[in-house]
Amino acid sequence: MYVAAKGGEKAITKAHALLAERRRGDPSVPEVRVDQIAQQLSIAVDRVMTEGSLYDRDLAALAIKQARGDLIEAIFLLRAFRTTLPRFGFSQPIDTAAMLVERRISATFKDLPGGQLLGPTFDYTHRLLDFALAAEADAEAGGAEGRPDRGEAHTPQPAMPRVTDLLDAEGLLEPDAPFNAADPVGDLTRAPMAFPAARSLRLQNLARGDEGFLLALGYSTQRGFGRTHPFVGEIRMGQVALEFFSEDLSFTVTLGRITVTECQMVAQFTGSAKAPPQFTRGYGLAFGQQERKAMAMSLVDRALRCDEFGEERKAPAQDEEFVLSHSDNVQATGFVEHLKLPHYVDFQAELDLVRTMRREFAGRRAANPENDAEAAE
Amino acid sequence: MHGNETANRPDELDVAPDAKRGAMPDWDYNFAYLDEQTKRMIRRAILKAIAVPGYQVPFASREMPMPYGWGTGGVQVTAAILGPHDILKVIDQGADDTTNAVAIRGFFAKTAKVATTLNTRDASIIQTRHRIPERVLTEDQIIVFQVPIPEPLRFLEPRETETRKMHALEEYGLMHVKLYEDIASHGHIATTYAYPVMVGDRYVMDPSPTPKFDNPKIDRCAALQLYGAGREKRIYAVPPHTKVKSLDFEDYPFEPQKFDRPCALCAAEGVYLDEVILDDRGGRMFVCSDSNYCQERREAGHAGDMLGDVPPQIGGQGTGGTGDTGGGAAE
Amino acid sequence: MSQALEDGDPLLRASGVTKFYGERTGCLDVSFELWPGEVLAVVGESGSGKTTLLNCLATSLIPTSGVVEYRMRDGRMRDLFRLGEAERRLLLRTDWGFVHQNPAAGLRMAVSAGANVGERLMAVGARNYGAIRRTAGDWLGRVEIAEERIDDSPRAFSGGMRQRLQIARNLVTNPRLIFMDEPTGGLDVSVQARLLDLLRGLVADLGLSVIIVTHDLAVARLLSHRMIVMKDGRVVESGLTDQVLDDPQAPYTQLLVSAILQV
Repeated sequence: MYVAAKGGEKAITKAHALLAERRRGDPSVPEVRVDQIAQQLSIAVDRVMTEGSLYDRDLAALAIKQARGDLIEAIFLLRAFRTTLPRFGFSQPIDTAAMLVERRISATFKDLPGGQLLGPTFDYTHRLLDFALAAEADAEAGGAEGRPDRGEAHTPQPAMPRVTDLLDAEGLLEPDAPFNAADPVGDLTRAPMAFPAARSLRLQNLARGDEGFLLALGYSTQRGFGRTHPFVGEIRMGQVALEFFSEDLSFTVTLGRITVTECQMVAQFTGSAKAPPQFTRGYGLAFGQQERKAMAMSLVDRALRCDEFGEERKAPAQDEEFVLSHSDNVQATGFVEHLKLPHYVDFQAELDLVRTMRREFAGRRAANPENDAEAAE
Repeated sequence: MHGNETANRPDELDVAPDAKRGAMPDWDYNFAYLDEQTKRMIRRAILKAIAVPGYQVPFASREMPMPYGWGTGGVQVTAAILGPHDILKVIDQGADDTTNAVAIRGFFAKTAKVATTLNTRDASIIQTRHRIPERVLTEDQIIVFQVPIPEPLRFLEPRETETRKMHALEEYGLMHVKLYEDIASHGHIATTYAYPVMVGDRYVMDPSPTPKFDNPKIDRCAALQLYGAGREKRIYAVPPHTKVKSLDFEDYPFEPQKFDRPCALCAAEGVYLDEVILDDRGGRMFVCSDSNYCQERREAGHAGDMLGDVPPQIGGQGTGGTGDTGGGAAE
Repeated sequence: MSQALEDGDPLLRASGVTKFYGERTGCLDVSFELWPGEVLAVVGESGSGKTTLLNCLATSLIPTSGVVEYRMRDGRMRDLFRLGEAERRLLLRTDWGFVHQNPAAGLRMAVSAGANVGERLMAVGARNYGAIRRTAGDWLGRVEIAEERIDDSPRAFSGGMRQRLQIARNLVTNPRLIFMDEPTGGLDVSVQARLLDLLRGLVADLGLSVIIVTHDLAVARLLSHRMIVMKDGRVVESGLTDQVLDDPQAPYTQLLVSAILQV
């Protein structure tokens, strides 16, 4: 049962209707389809999946359509949907060494086993607006013959060991953090963040974190605010299998494949009289093709680890509480935008105080016209 | 809203191998949206909070279908305690028809199909933002506050690691330093809302951004008072009949706001008033912030000096009698 | 006022206090006793371990080995590193003071002088604004800061004034033991002299016990009853200040003493 409407409710209903109209735009223009978004705006879809913490291209595309292209709004939609999903367990960790690679580059070596594979990158394109793209789009979506081959390898992928594994074999790189399969998996969507943060929670927080925020922080480390001397050890993007160990069946089931972008940053070495020097790491991972995000994340990950290497913690990117408390853009936009909500009751209280103080000020002025000094109590 | 739309998907679409799916799922939400496991988790946090009055209990706040900062904490607390026989009232700035209150009330009406009311006296649960109703609450009622920043020390000490210690060790000197500074600079304690209180002689608590006018109502209230901060992931509580004292100095005692005139619509005194700007020549009127309280007084025959002149949007009956009801009671 | 002694216990007893930083020695096997009303100077050059020792005694560092015991207001000797954190923090706020070399480290720069002095009172429950303010003003006077500066921020104070404010902030709860880390460091000579004079007067009037770290023998001479001399983390000499300075036994102490210009 519901209550008789007053002005506020009517306004909301009308606003929703207007929003739906604006979302559709000019009715003479064809409506954009979810599959078009999923196919042709795929990087937006990848970002929404990454920060929405949900791998589902179609739902992400739908969210983008519903959100009129506002990606943070879409991320919000996806996360809210995710909350309602039942969980049946945790997957096995994905193995990026076994990736079906579409793109793989390393800045630390000119060449390496498996080679440098450019893949579908904007790097090296000339940023000239291509007006051919503005011409009328294909009338039908049916031209299936021209689709490039994907996922069906005619030549087997050459061995592509990870650069970090290669450096690791020589002992040049600090080893990956110890991993105990029996440890509970930290989950930020199920438990509040606490400081100091465990590594798994830190990485999860960064993976879900706003691309722009992490980009700026990563940039700041390069400009001297917490310098880590980074090199891109490797960036690889491609498909990995997602596996799940079923207790009931007592064996591992492959649920499907997902595309991820992984960045391993090789950074400032440490060492002392007692321990031989080694390079250190930063790690970044994102769904789909999200290179900027993965790279920024790896820079910030390394910066946040400064304590482990005895580096002085003084730059914003090194401040764990600052970075991890403000990386969530859904939380951020909620709180920033909540200022639009009525605050007039509290404002009234402030008005009251300010008016009182002004009266007192005027009163003191009147009593001591010569003396303009501010009278504290 | 979401979950009810199905995407337009032609059957012959060639899907990329990492996203095979059929038609969009059809979702059926649990009572009051949250799944039962989540509600259990929140209830455990609530019980802990009641056991330690004023202490902020961390909880795993869920992503809700409204933005953080817009009441997700209050909504989660309400969702966790709501039962099919409850009667829910939702207010924002003291009024039932402010947009956010309408949105939240609608959310529960849809996801819980629970009875809702505008009348404080009929409600078993009241979710509120920034005000406590003028009518004295009873033992049968629970009031749920929406909290943006639960930590009263936050603006004095931004680090969570440090404020946690301060609460644990009862180190509240810094709080009084702030009050001292206010008096030294302004001659008054400059906090007018979210005025910090000492709960049960142990924990300093932020009572949410209610004006300090409402602080006396928290002290020894007969109803259970629950506080939910979704974005900051904290729940805290004041059990019924608990001593709650606003921080002050002996010689600068706590004083709630006073208004120098009664409500222009219902003539109520000693209640919190909203200032409404009528024109650009300084014309103003002051009306009850608590819309239900004002309504009941008018129905009982009280009349303020501007009752006849007020346009209907502001809550008056209006001179011409518009189609809008003055807000019906629960049906 | 310091409490009357019972049972002949000292106020503070350090036994074998040792601190290693990895391979490096901070301080090694330091033992001494401190009595009420007594000022002990810990003297040495930079790197001698004197600041490490001070921080171990004040419990801001945990020693590698050794025990530090303190006589609480109830008369019982307690091992400081076995106290709960709440007890330790309370001690730091009430019965102890710590005067930092850099006054900004020991003050709240963003609040007024009055609030700085009044904070400890408020922390232990003082709730009368007028009384707090009067007490704060009183203390400002005793450290020779003009009372009308009570509402000014320490940012507007000179180095010497900030240091005096820091002292007032520490003394307001009538502590029995004060730790000082090079309190005159970085100040002009004349300002130093004034500060030392003030400290000497306060220590005598209030019967304070003080452990003061300094590289300046003149400061030790002026303020302390006893001193210990440290080099490379070890105590090389200890005794009554006048005796050590007039008749140093250890070669290193002789070197230090002879290196001072007699003006």
